[in-house]
Formats: sequence, C-alpha cells, structure tokens
Amino acid sequence: MTESRSRTFYVLSAIFALYVLFLYGPTITILVLSFQGPSGGMTFPMNGVSLHWFHNLWAGIGVPNVVDALVNSLKLGIVVTIITVVISILAGYAFRRRFRGQDTLFFTAIASLILPSIVVSLGIALEFQLFNQTITGFGDSLVDNYVDIENPTGWTNFLGFIGTSIQDNFQTLMGLFSSGLGAHLTWTLPFGLLIMFAVFNRFNPAYEEAARDLGASPWQTFRFVVLPMILPSLVGVALFGFTLSWDEIARSSQAVGSANTLPLTLRGLTTTVTTPVIYALGTVTTAVSFAVIGTAIATLLIVQARRRRHGSDAGRGV
Amino acid sequence: MLDVKSRWTPYWQAAPLAFVFFVFFVLPLAITFMVSFWTYTGYSITPAFVADNYVTAFDKCFASLPDLCTTFRTYLSTLKFCLMVWLITLVLGFTIAYYLVFEIKSPTTRIVLALLTTIPFWTSNVIRMISWIPLLGRNGLINQALMNAGITSQPVDWLLYSSFSVTLSLVHINTVFMIVPILNSMSRIDKSLIEAAYDNGAGAWQTIWNVIIPLSKTGIAIGSIFVITVVMGDFISIGLMGGQQIASAGKVIETQITALQFPIAAANAIVLLAVVLMIVWTLLRFVDIRKEL
Repeated sequence: MTESRSRTFYVLSAIFALYVLFLYGPTITILVLSFQGPSGGMTFPMNGVSLHWFHNLWAGIGVPNVVDALVNSLKLGIVVTIITVVISILAGYAFRRRFRGQDTLFFTAIASLILPSIVVSLGIALEFQLFNQTITGFGDSLVDNYVDIENPTGWTNFLGFIGTSIQDNFQTLMGLFSSGLGAHLTWTLPFGLLIMFAVFNRFNPAYEEAARDLGASPWQTFRFVVLPMILPSLVGVALFGFTLSWDEIARSSQAVGSANTLPLTLRGLTTTVTTPVIYALGTVTTAVSFAVIGTAIATLLIVQARRRRHGSDAGRGV
Repeated sequence: MLDVKSRWTPYWQAAPLAFVFFVFFVLPLAITFMVSFWTYTGYSITPAFVADNYVTAFDKCFASLPDLCTTFRTYLSTLKFCLMVWLITLVLGFTIAYYLVFEIKSPTTRIVLALLTTIPFWTSNVIRMISWIPLLGRNGLINQALMNAGITSQPVDWLLYSSFSVTLSLVHINTVFMIVPILNSMSRIDKSLIEAAYDNGAGAWQTIWNVIIPLSKTGIAIGSIFVITVVMGDFISIGLMGGQQIASAGKVIETQITALQFPIAAANAIVLLAVVLMIVWTLLRFVDIRKEL
C-alpha cells in the first residue's frame, strides 16, 4: 500500500488505542482502588493493599441490604434471561411466516427499545397503582356491603370475608417479579427479537425440510436440527438478557416497588457512602458481568471447536 | 404447509411477545396519557378530565416569551447535551468503525477489536459513572497531575459534577450505540467501490465523503436515533454526574414522581414522548430502516 495509507493506519490505531483506554481506564481505576488499605481514601495514593473493603461489604457495614439487593438482581436476572430466550425463540419462529399484525408488533418492539425509559417506568408504576386502587376499592366495597349486615347468608359472609382479607392483607401488586420483571422484559426482548431476526434471515429451511422428509416430528426437527444450529445465537440472547437486566436502572427506578436491585442500591450509595466500600461493590458487580460475558464467549468457542471436529463428515468416506 | 392447523401457528408463537409488550409497554403508555388529564390528592390519583397538568408543565411559558420559562430552559439544556453527545459519538463512532472495517485486514483481529469496544456495554452503567470519581474529583488523579505539573495551583472544580462530566459520561456510555450500526453498514460496502473511487482519482477524504458516508447512511441514522433518544430521556447520568444539580427533561419527571405528583409527571412524560417521537420521525425520513433487516 501507499505510504499515506500506512500513516492513516498508525493515526487511527492510536485513536483506537486511546478510545479503548478511555473505555476501560476508569473501571480499572476503581478495580484497583477497591483493594485500598483500611486507612485509604476514595482516591489515590493507595494506602497499602488489602481486602478490608470487601470484608466491610460482606459484613454490610454502612451498606444496609446490599447483599439482599445483590441476591434480588441475580434472581431477577436469571428469570429475565430464561423468559427472554424462550419468548425470543417463539417470536423468531412466528416472524418467519406472515401473520396479521406482524408490522405492528415489530414496531412496538422497536418503540420499546428507543422510547425514554423514565416514561416506560412511570407508565408501569401508574398502571400498577391503578391495579392497586382497584383491588383496594373492591375490598372496601365488599366490606361496606357484606360485613355486619342484616340477614347474612353463607354467600354474603364469604364475600365479606374476602373484603376483610383484602383490607387486612393486600398491599401492592408491585414487586420485583411482577412490575419489575415486566419493565426488564420491555428492555431485553427487543434485543432478543433482533438477534432472532438476524438468525432466521440467514437460516436455510432446506435443513428442516430434509428432517421432515426423513420423518422427524416438528419437536424433533427443532430439538435435533434447528436448536443445535442456532445455539450460538441463543447464547447471545441469553448474554443480552442477563447483562441488560443485571445493569438495568432507568426502567427499574419506578417499577420495582419496595425491593431494590443492585444498580439502584449503588446509585443510592453514591450520595451517602464516602469510603472505598462502594468501589468494592463495583468490583463485585463488574466481576459478575465479566463472569457472564466470559462464560458466553467460552461457550461459543467450545461450540465452534466441536463443530470443527464433529460438524462435517464430508470427504471422510463415512 | 397445507394443513389447516398450521395457519394459527405464528399467532400462538407471537402471543407471549405481544402479551408482554401489551401489558408492560402499550397499556402503561395509554395509562400515562389518560392519567395526564387526572387530578391528584396527597396519596391517590383520581379520574378527571382537566388540562391543569399541562398548564402547570408550561406555566407562564408562552406569556413570558421571549424570556424562557423553566420548562423551555430545561428542554433547551437537554437538547444541548443531545447535540454535543451526538456530534462527539458520531465522529468517534464513525472513525472507529472506519478503522475496523477498512484498516484491519484480518477478520479475527476485527472481531476481537469490535468485541473489545462492546464488552463494556454489558457491564453496569452506574459503575462506569462512579468510576470517573477517583479520576475527576477535587483530589482525583487529573487534579493531582495538573497540580504536580504546576499548571494550576488549586484543584479544578468543573471536572466533576458539571456539564463536562455529564457529557463525558454520556459519550463514554453511548459511543457503542454509534459504532455497532455504522460498523454493520460499513462492512457491507463492496470494497471494489472504494478501489474504483481511488482509480478515478478521488482522494481519501473525497472517497469518505462521496462513497463511504452515503453508503453508511443507514447505520449513521440508526446510531443517531439510539444516542439521541437515550440522551433526551436520560436522568441517571445527568443526576449522578451532574451532582443532582443539572435539570433535564427526564429528571423533572423523576422529581415529580418522588413528590407523588403523578398526573403532572404523566403530562411531562407525554410532552417528552412527543418531542422524542418528533426527533425520531425526522431521522427516519433519511433512511428506510426495514431495508436493513
């Protein structure tokens, strides 16, 4: 190549390197600072190296409910991942054929991806508040109409009992696995759907026809032909499902009820905690993310290697 | 294909997706629109049909023109962040996509480098914001370096909890949304077109301007839609990196929710939604997104 082209290459390489430094530098800084000595502060210099702040974190000192938040986020992330994968596969199949309303459904998914999260979050919060008001109102009206009335019957007693039960026990439908789960799915499903689109746009139906011709049932075709072929993409969907849920904050902010997720707790801590314990929490959170990303990439590499070994018997005279 | 049963298959397969979007996206938006006309007391919201909330949202906005009311100033400041972040992420994202597509010859290296730029997208945004604190704070690394070098005698204050740190953090988090779609468009460009441009005597800049940019238009539009809509609705980065002192359209809504003024928050949410939809609609005129799929 010409000389000016190679100069471009070096300039752009330098820009790329700086961008990568910009991307990772700050995170590496807090990873290092989370090993700060017991008397160290929020910034450099390091005052010795210790696991003090991780012990501190584990003991929950100054960080109430942080372990709860971590467990909440893990559980929610796993549920979101499973649901995202299953719904995305089904929807991916559906979109291979024509059906009424498919454009509307597709644009709804895109809209869910790009409309402001605060609006979605507020909408879900309002929706559940209306649900709650409806249920409470229903309970109150049952109590008004059927408790302490003249001529009670078994039926009115039963309705009155339901009314008092609602009054005594019902607080809210809002929660991690109702409104919170829904809020996360509006964020993860569009990504899952787009990945499935990319998969099935490149998928050759001849494989399924061959399986059918050889007598496979629809389930067998899926299980033994389609699934192994699309597995790497499903790992991708799962990766998006978990990491997006694990890190989600904007849509969760109004929609998880009284339980807190880890990002919400972290955000709260930035204003109250002034010790490196927050960096320790950051390190733990990032470690979980990297473990998931690493597992996904490793799975992909293993699948690829297996394919190279077992995939084709062409030319082997089998 | 011929049996009657299979006609319904796509419907039940799409049903779970449709259900989730209906219950957690379409219905909430409809309810937000409805509640924006309701009234409220301290602890509950009551059905009504009043325009009070919109009047409150635009309190004295039109009477006091040309002076800007709080709402207009908030939107103007949010739009300014949008424009800044959009320009920076566009130039940065385009440059990086260009480097990966046209300067890196080995496909494996390209995949590894592209992955390197996307991995942080899968880690926590809040942590990526917090991680600027030890660098930009009053006693942070940058101030230490500046003072050691004798450039300033006192720590620079505007590095953290300022418009600067908000912009920096938004660029930090959102450049990936530019890189990926532009990379996708660019890698579909037939390399022989570039050679043809060079053979016809076009310089590097001419080739970029007349060949590569027009052919990357879709990616640029998709990336722009992503970045602009994210920044328009942002309240997390602006809150955290602005030290809760900088207003934004999204933050106004958050504040009103905290104050339990749900109908007013809903009215503001509808206004924000309208503004975002207008921007997206404008951007979509430049490109047919469905061609990309």
